[in-house]
This record gives sequence, C-alpha cells and structure tokens, in this order.
Amino acid sequence: MKNLMNWIEYRLPVVEKMKIHMTQYPAPKNFNFWYFFGSLAIVVLVNQILTGIWLTMNYEPSAEGAFRSIEYIMRDVEYGWLLRYMHSTGASAFFVVVYLHMLRGMMYGSYQKPRELLWIFGMLIYLVLMAEAFMGYMLPWGQMSFWGAQVIISIFGVIPFIGDDLTLWIRGDYVISGATLNRFFALHVIALPLVLVILVFLHIMALHEVGSNNPDGIDTKRDKDDSSVPADAVSKFEFHDNFTKGGKKVIIDSIPFHPYYTVKDLVGLAGFLFLFAYVIFFMPEGGGYFLEAPNFELANPMKTPEHIAPVWYFTPFYAILRAVPNPLFGAIAMFAAILALALLPWIDRGKVRSIRYRCGLHKLNLVNFCISFVALGILGVLPATPLYTFLSQFFSFTYFGFFILLWFYSKNENTKPLPERLT
Amino acid sequence: MLKRIISAAALLASSVVLAAGPNIPLEKAPVDIRDTASLQRGFALYQNYCLACHQMQYQRYARSFRDLDIPEELGMENLMFTGERVGDHITNTMDPVDAAEWFGDAIPDLTNVARVRGPDWIYTYLKSFYKDESRPFGVDNDVFPMVGMPHVLQELQGVPYKAYETRLVDGQQTQVYVGIRTDGSGEMSEDEYDRAVADLVNYLVYTGEPYRLESERLGIKVLIFLAIFFVLAYLLKKEYWKDVH
Repeated sequence: MKNLMNWIEYRLPVVEKMKIHMTQYPAPKNFNFWYFFGSLAIVVLVNQILTGIWLTMNYEPSAEGAFRSIEYIMRDVEYGWLLRYMHSTGASAFFVVVYLHMLRGMMYGSYQKPRELLWIFGMLIYLVLMAEAFMGYMLPWGQMSFWGAQVIISIFGVIPFIGDDLTLWIRGDYVISGATLNRFFALHVIALPLVLVILVFLHIMALHEVGSNNPDGIDTKRDKDDSSVPADAVSKFEFHDNFTKGGKKVIIDSIPFHPYYTVKDLVGLAGFLFLFAYVIFFMPEGGGYFLEAPNFELANPMKTPEHIAPVWYFTPFYAILRAVPNPLFGAIAMFAAILALALLPWIDRGKVRSIRYRCGLHKLNLVNFCISFVALGILGVLPATPLYTFLSQFFSFTYFGFFILLWFYSKNENTKPLPERLT
Repeated sequence: MLKRIISAAALLASSVVLAAGPNIPLEKAPVDIRDTASLQRGFALYQNYCLACHQMQYQRYARSFRDLDIPEELGMENLMFTGERVGDHITNTMDPVDAAEWFGDAIPDLTNVARVRGPDWIYTYLKSFYKDESRPFGVDNDVFPMVGMPHVLQELQGVPYKAYETRLVDGQQTQVYVGIRTDGSGEMSEDEYDRAVADLVNYLVYTGEPYRLESERLGIKVLIFLAIFFVLAYLLKKEYWKDVH
C-alpha cells in the first residue's frame, strides 16, 4: 500500500498538493461569520451542477416542448420537483452568497494589494454568473423567461452602429424564438459552467498564492528577522515550505485550513442548508422573487405581461439602466456600475485594508454603498413611476458617489493605528 | 394582409385592456389543500363546468385520483367523460382556432392558474360576474373587465346583477353601488355558491403544485435532520478548536 502511494506520489504529488492547499495551508485564525460565504459559494456551485445534470435528463430545449417538459419534471419525474426547486432556489442562493462574499471583501479590503488579481477573477466569476443565471431563466420558456430576455437582449441594441446586428446575432433570429432558446441552453449547460469552474479554480489558486486576508487586514506572513514579531505570536502549527519560503518567513496567528476551517465551515454549511431547505420545501417561489408568477404561464409573444421585472439579483443594475433617460447612456451607466466594482483595487488608494482601522467617513461611505445597492434593488422590481425614477436617479448618484468619494479621501486617509497581531 | 394587420392591432388593443388590473379589492380565498373532501368537490366542479373549454394539460387523471383519495373506477365512471385512459392528461378537444373565433382569444390552460393569478384573484373573479347586456355573453366582470368568458356557473349562482340603492349623499339622492346580488334562480344559496367557488379554487391551488404536501412532509424531516447536524457540527468545531485557543 505504501509503495503504491509512493508510486503515485512520485508521478502525481497528490499528498503534497493536499498539504499545500488544505492541511498545511495557513489561514488566519480570526475568520468570522463573513468568511463562511466563500466555501458556501462552492457548495451552491456544486448543487447547481449536480441538479442541473439531472434536470437536463428530462428537459426538452425547444420552444414547443420546454414549458411542458418542466411541468413533466415537476409532476411526473420522481423527486423532479425537488431537483427543480433545488436548482431554481440555488440560483438565488448563489447570488445571496456571492453578494455577501463581495461585501466581506469590501469591508476588510480584501481587494487591495496584493489581492487585485484575486478580486478581478472574482468579478469575472460574478459576470459569468449573471450571464449563466440570465440564460437559465429563459429555459422554462414562461412569460417572464420570454419578456425578461426580450428586455435584456434589447439592451445590446442601443450600441451605436452594430446594435441591431448584435441583437440579431445573439438571438439567432429576428425575434426571440426556439433558435434563441436552443443556443441559450447550450451556453447554459456547458459553455458558461465550464468557464465558471475554470474561473473558480483560478480564483482559489490566486487566493492560495497570496494567502487569505483577515478581518484585521494585516499581514500574517512576516520576515523571520522582523523584530516586531513577539515570540508567542508565531504559529505553533506546521505549514508548508511554500508559505514560509523555506523558513525565511514566519507565520503568525494562523492555523491549518484543514481541519480547523473545514469543521468550522461545516457549522456554516449546516446553518445555510437549514435556510436553503426551508425555502426549497416551504416557499420555493420565494414570495414571487425567486420564481415570478407570470413564469408559470407559457411564453406568449403576443401578450406582454403587465409589469416586466428581472429576477431580484439583477434589479440594482436594472434600476440604474432605467434611471438614465437615454437608453445608450443608461446601458453605459449599468456596465460602469459593474466596472467600478472591478476597479476597486485602484479606486481605493488607502494603505489600511480593514474597515476596523479606517476613517469614520469610510465607514459611512460603505453604509452608503449598501443602502444605495439595496434601494436600487428594490426600485428595480417596482414600476417606473416618476417618483421611483427620481429615487433611482438619486440612489444611482449615491452608488457612484461611493467610488468617487473613496478615490478622494483614501489617498491621505486619517486611519487608526494597526495592531501588531490579529485581535 | 390588411385583415391580418387589423386583427393584430385588435389583439394588441385587447391585450392593453387585459393588462389593466382588477378594479376592486380581492377577497381572501379560504384555501386548505389538506381538505380532501373540498378538493374532490372542486375536481368534480372543474370536470363539469370548466373542462369543456379550459384544459388542464399538465395534470393527469390518475394523479388527481391518487392525491384526492378517489378510487380509480369511481373516478373513471363519474369524472371522465370521453373515453380517456386514466393515465391521460386532463384535456379537451376544443380546436384553438375555433376557440379564438368564438371567444376572441386563446383559452388559457388552468393547471397553473393559481400560481399565475393567485387564489384570491380566482376566488374573487368567480364571484364578480354581473349581468351586462352590452357584452357578447351578457355578463362582465369587475376583476377582469371586458372578459371574453361567459358566466358558466350561472346555473349554480343564479343571474347576478349589480345592485344599487338610493341613498342621501351630501343632501343629494344618489345611486350607490352595494354589491352583486342574484335573482335567486340558481341551484345554490349565496353561502353554498361561495363554498363551491372556494372548493374549485382549492382544487386549482392543488393542481398548481400537486406535490405541495409531499414537499412539506419531507421538508420537516430534512429541517429536523439539519438542526441536529448543526448541533453536532458545532460541537465538533468546538472540540477541534480547543487546540487553537
């Protein structure tokens, strides 16, 4: 047995990789509640892939058969309703988890040097996730699938010169049709998930290269001859040479990822699954936000629903789109809202990472960001009345205001002194 | 071609009218999908009054029989009319082209109608028909103005009409709308009719999610398991983290 292990290890160092990424990977010991959402995102991704595979076994990607096949899955396939609700609720859960994960990054400055690339991979995951969710929402071929897709694809039509040809190219038809459904199915079940999995892999590799940030936002890898490191701070656990650079670095206040954070994440997982299961079994429609009522009706190109609202996770950006009177500038503002997030590592010129040690204005500003984002999300599901449009404009302004203010005050910020060790 | 444009325009115009929401507040429907007797009565009403026009093409006879505790022979004798097999979907033979010509629009399938409209909407809708000679079928509806559907439950409810009373408002004699009354020609009293509509709505709520009760039964078990798992996971974490602190 041992010989076999050595034989494999020589050819493919599995045990070595396990040590680097799990049992001898140093993780700061003060991770709090906000650090559950990374591992939860992986759990939800796996849930989506597994339930998705089983759904494709009975789903029929055609304008004639899609809606019927979903009802077939819900009614005639053994536990089909469970698979489908796990998948549809999983889509919303994915965004809940990812939004909280991103907020964690913003609170503790996890995007700052040297984690810029890690953040960029994260933003790419977010973009692909939005495309994946959008295309998935079209597959049931209900009224909202059709009209939501109509609205979102038409956004690309505002691009000057190429807009019309571009929407034609995306749809594969002059209107949204079975051709559109088929290509969205292909993209949804293989192309985008493949990209997503690769990006998640790169995200984790980039994380393990630079190491995890922590709620204090201070470095836990110090030079060996750094006199400011107290002897008792040096971690008693054994970490891989990769992280200590063969003894040139000392690692303070850290613990191996496995078993300490695997068992801790298990607690977070149980809590998450409890809420997730509650939604799946007792309120799969999520109050009409996870599964919208018009989507239980077959797509009808001749009948526009009373009120077209995208699914909740798109609504903050949809509100920004609608806030701008000119459609082209609206679309630009919408993409700028996402781009601004991606550029955070360069917009934030501060040297201190964690909100715990940054100035009062920064705390207020982050609260402003959260309020703006949630308010835009609420406004995005409401009809565009003059009052709501004005509010959307106001909160779009405060949303972008977050980034502009941050750029200015972060340069010479009045920060609190950083602790020597993790608190 | 011109005819087609006109009909398309008419369709567009009618869809704008359809888009207008109900202009009266909705009544709360007394829904209880655990009440099997009510579901059975609702199913019978559906088969007798709705199915001729409205299909339920995603629900199978056998499923309704099984979930509503109706023995198959009994169901086949009393609730299946045109020689279907018990595993068939609950469909009718109305040609959609005919339907569009007769009623002005395609007739919606009702399997999921309670999920699309909500039970309160259907409940109030079925109680809001009133006599209006200007409409093709002699009735209109406040929940769905300009509706293309006749009042098929009229033989049960009687002929409903909008009742007005003369009252003194600000010193002026004014006609005040006081609700829908019937002429008493129906087979049911007002309470019985409300009960029948509630049964029908109940059945439609059931067909929207026939696995609802199964889901909740399983859900309780899963939640109990996860609660125990949470405690165990927490204790495991505490045990491991003794090394850290």
